[in-house]
Amino acid sequence: MKNDHIDEVSGVSTTGHEWDGIRELNNPLPRWWVWTFYATIVWSIGYAILYPAWPLINSATTGILGYSSRQELGRTLDGVAASQAERLAAISEKPLAEILADEELRRFAASAGAAAYKVNCSQCHGSGAQGSPGYPNLNDDEWLWGGDIEAIHQTIAHGIRFAGDAGSRYSLMPAFGDVLEREQINQVAAHVASLSGTAADPVAAEAGMQVYADNCAACHGENGEGNRDLGAPDLTDAIWLYGASEEEIAQQVRIPRHGMMPGWADRLGDTTVKQLSVYVHSLGGGE
Amino acid sequence: MPMLNAEEIERIDAQAVNSAALRQPLYAARKKIFPKRVSGGFRRFKWIVMAVTLGIYYLTPWLRWDRGPYAPDQAVLVDLANRRFYFFFIEIWPQEFFFVAGLLVMAGIGLFLVTSSVGRAWCGYTCPQTVWVDLFLAVERFFEGDRNARIKLDAGPWTTDKVAKRTAKHAVWLLIAVATGGAWIFYFADAPTLLVDLFTGDAAPVAYATVGVLTATTYVFGGLMREQVCTYMCPWPRIQAAMLDENSLTVTYNDWRGEPRSRHAKKAMAEGKIVGDCVDCNACVAVCPMGIDIRDGQQLECITCALCIDACDAVMDKLGRERSLISYATLSDYNYNMAIATGGGDYHIDPRLVRTPDGRIASGLAHFHLAKIFRPRMLIYFGAWALAGLIMVYALLSRDRLEVNVLHDRNPQFVTLADGAIRNGYTVKLLNMIPEPRVIFVSIEGLPGALMSAIGIEQPEGRSLAVPVEPDRLRELRIFVRQPSGLSTSGTQDFRFVVQDKASFETDVYSATFNAPEPAR
Repeated sequence: MKNDHIDEVSGVSTTGHEWDGIRELNNPLPRWWVWTFYATIVWSIGYAILYPAWPLINSATTGILGYSSRQELGRTLDGVAASQAERLAAISEKPLAEILADEELRRFAASAGAAAYKVNCSQCHGSGAQGSPGYPNLNDDEWLWGGDIEAIHQTIAHGIRFAGDAGSRYSLMPAFGDVLEREQINQVAAHVASLSGTAADPVAAEAGMQVYADNCAACHGENGEGNRDLGAPDLTDAIWLYGASEEEIAQQVRIPRHGMMPGWADRLGDTTVKQLSVYVHSLGGGE
Repeated sequence: MPMLNAEEIERIDAQAVNSAALRQPLYAARKKIFPKRVSGGFRRFKWIVMAVTLGIYYLTPWLRWDRGPYAPDQAVLVDLANRRFYFFFIEIWPQEFFFVAGLLVMAGIGLFLVTSSVGRAWCGYTCPQTVWVDLFLAVERFFEGDRNARIKLDAGPWTTDKVAKRTAKHAVWLLIAVATGGAWIFYFADAPTLLVDLFTGDAAPVAYATVGVLTATTYVFGGLMREQVCTYMCPWPRIQAAMLDENSLTVTYNDWRGEPRSRHAKKAMAEGKIVGDCVDCNACVAVCPMGIDIRDGQQLECITCALCIDACDAVMDKLGRERSLISYATLSDYNYNMAIATGGGDYHIDPRLVRTPDGRIASGLAHFHLAKIFRPRMLIYFGAWALAGLIMVYALLSRDRLEVNVLHDRNPQFVTLADGAIRNGYTVKLLNMIPEPRVIFVSIEGLPGALMSAIGIEQPEGRSLAVPVEPDRLRELRIFVRQPSGLSTSGTQDFRFVVQDKASFETDVYSATFNAPEPAR
């Protein structure tokens, strides 16, 4: 397009574009600018050869460097795995007591255990390990089967009342609804409630003492202190798996409910089970 | 049919639309600039500024500062790996980055302050682009000679001499560029160690990459592109328009005494023509590193380096006339003097109007007065700048070197223990921000009867724990606070975590809450 208009001030021709009397000067671009432009073209050619670039019908060109972001992710994950390998090996080899004694290893194991917990354990025990009726709270200091690191490890590895593992912990409280009269059950429930200081009918509690001594003390102890070897709960404390009221206790005496926890050693491997043990032990109740 | 002569054929008035005569270039090559050497006050000042700025840049990483055995002894160090910034006696953690933001605020306001008072002093004297171009020009002059020699060399054929000179020049430019890129990385690692590592090949790849990139930019910007960086790439020449006002100093050609310029003043005067001081020697144009003519007035390209002032003053000295035909002047002074020289409104300048009958510069002219620096705008800028500075100094002097941060467990909010006690868990972070190991006492205030214990701290449960913290590190603790049965009021109770260094009496406090079960409904 030929355009005759010359800007008076600069002496430069204009492009012919005009907005409200303002004209666009037709100054040439600096030469280096066009060099930069050419450089980007050269760059893009090189890029298209080296890296994945052209879409084809079912795939895309791969580029001679063979780069892919999936491979890069794989390498990153390999790098992470490699950086953890030494500690994971240490966890696998060392006894649990040594892991607890090594501050750094303990932190690592607890963090890894926390991750494994979220995936495998939180469904029953809750995301904060706070438990729920029938599922023990792992934060507190009451342990049915023992709260030192080895006992926790044993429980996680082999489970509780888990048929798939011969080493699983096992206990069964008889259904006293078949053995005792309703009256007796109410009396023993009142007695058990009174053991932990819960307000209960004093007359019934008094009467329940004999029922308790005859039927319950063998497992739960003379004073209701429980027995970890049998998984018999301590009846004097403030923690109740199935509820603390007389009614709830009576129900548990009549037809006891029993939870089941699978053993995890076969599914997760011992290293992860150790990590889980350290994590659970670190929640505040570890002995 | 009679044959016609060529000139009898009618010439049609037509022209190819793309004929060479009509074609405009799409791209223009850079017009080469060969700035001439100049001497004078401003040139001397620029040499000093160059020496100081380059000295600061190259030498700072080598300064040592003793911080004891637990911190690096480099005076200025940006330790990216450990997230620490050291500046002499100041150590900054990432969460104190607002100090750097404050410095940037001060730099911004400072730039406003300087620009609106003395114009583009940043551009003319201290901008790295200006300093390095100045240095590169000095190198060029050393190998190829001054302006005329360089023009001749550039136009001449590629003789051995030209190849040798050009090779030497570019080699030295590259050396400077490498040194520039090399100096940069010393701010990010221990300089003496890194220097050795650089040559043995043990330095991090990012160090070599940084040196490479900065070498390239220094060489290209300082040696090849020079004034084009300022004209085409830098936003500051555009922003300056908002910063300058009629009382800002700019390098000004005082045409009220210079015009009409004349190469043959005596002859013209003899002819009765009016003649100004400018002898049109083009000295101001020849020395300009931007290749412009200051006599065209204020323009975007002018970086106000004032070399034209030196050049013109030298010429005026030779002619026995007053200096400052080109000078730092404000627009208001210029307009005032211009009004006198034009007799008030007329476009024709008569320099006789600004002179006394015996030829001296008249006394009634406006000259720059220091009082103009202290105008309200300057005072506001200075006030804002000083306020930012004072706030920073206050923040620096009063900042904590011991801090505690507490995260209250939210899941579970509380745990009932076997004996009926209520326990809450907290993640407590202790920040020991000095490069010395310390024992920090963590204690709880309030919360009757409560005791605490921490995982990994083998101390009996109590109201206070002594926690050793490594120098210049954060220590994260899991702390359990247990309140015995019967003492917990339902809902939440307020209490405080108090951390103290019993040697320095530094203390920090965190107000926390303790959750207990709501009464059964």
